[in-house]
Amino acid sequence: MAALGSPLRTFRGLLRELRRASGRPYRHTPAYRHVVAAFRTHRVTSEKLCRAQQELHFQAATYLCLLRSVRQHAALHQEYHGKGERSPEEVAGLVGFRLPQQPGGKG
Amino acid sequence: LWGGRFSPPRFPRPPPAAAGRGPGGSGGGRAYAPPAERKRFYQNVSISQGEGGFEINLDHRKLKTPQAKLFTVPSEALAIAVATEWDSQRDTIKFYTMHLTTLCNTALDNPTQRNKTQLIRAAVKFLDTDTICYRVEEPAALAELQKNEWDPVVAWAENRYNVTIGSSTSILGPNIPASTKETFVSHLASYNMWALQGIEYVITQLKSLILTMGLIDRHITVEKAVLLSRLEEEYQIQRWGNVEWAHDYDLCELRARAAAGTLFVHLCSESSTVKHKLLQD
Repeated sequence: MAALGSPLRTFRGLLRELRRASGRPYRHTPAYRHVVAAFRTHRVTSEKLCRAQQELHFQAATYLCLLRSVRQHAALHQEYHGKGERSPEEVAGLVGFRLPQQPGGKG
Repeated sequence: LWGGRFSPPRFPRPPPAAAGRGPGGSGGGRAYAPPAERKRFYQNVSISQGEGGFEINLDHRKLKTPQAKLFTVPSEALAIAVATEWDSQRDTIKFYTMHLTTLCNTALDNPTQRNKTQLIRAAVKFLDTDTICYRVEEPAALAELQKNEWDPVVAWAENRYNVTIGSSTSILGPNIPASTKETFVSHLASYNMWALQGIEYVITQLKSLILTMGLIDRHITVEKAVLLSRLEEEYQIQRWGNVEWAHDYDLCELRARAAAGTLFVHLCSESSTVKHKLLQD
């Protein structure tokens, strides 16, 4: 079985991501209700007893990874790829260079 | 080109899935690429149960696939996750972030028109050039890293499925016995069509059948599978430094896709009545 860590941590992480994804009224969303109900029903604790619990925890951890990665990817995209064309100076600055000054020409 | 020239359609449906194409966007992109973003045209997202399964409602309109079929999924949890994707969109709909929706569209439309046998064949074909079997000889540090990180997973797969896989530094890749391939073919045949779409998707993302089986069998987490898939990149990053707008961008995208695919497979396999013939539990 994969090394998943604490189910409580996964649960909290999921709620956090769902809050970010849904905006203000996240407690009434189907996703929130489903996650809370699932964890409550199976009472995922740190005791590695029930196989169904382990499967649920893996599923929850996978969904958490999905939400988190999508959010981070979208943020990176917005930061680096979502702003249209950059000037040559900005592009050079991205990799830490500065364009030389060219007398009477471009730059 | 596409800019903001959109009036809300009468029967809205998303443009062809933008998976893999990435954003065309304004100011760049290919001339004929469909828009990867359009404005959010709905207030509320909800799910309902129809004859064929669970459906997604955007306000009062039922979501359709790119080929205009009714969007129905067999699992309620999957429907909820898809609904969450749609509800997460703010001003514009970023299709390239909606991996579960894309996977469902692919399963429903089957645009490549492959049947189960063809999907399985495509999946098992990856074994010949499986990332974790394909080793370098130098630099020595990388070869060592591959051995330490990948050998245990290969060993796990060999044990779990009772097959011989091995690894190779030859440019031709590992020599996989036919019996090994047959074992995987018959194992994959026990999954339904939807789950198979998901499995094949993860394999093409991670470039590894073995890592994918590790995920499906819950032997490794998504983060671990992606790390192992990108082992050489991670090694180079350690040596030469990290470039956020390339490395982290790719890392997050691969994690998102692998996580979506894995979740998709598990949610589509739950209600399946086919018993998996496990050699070892």
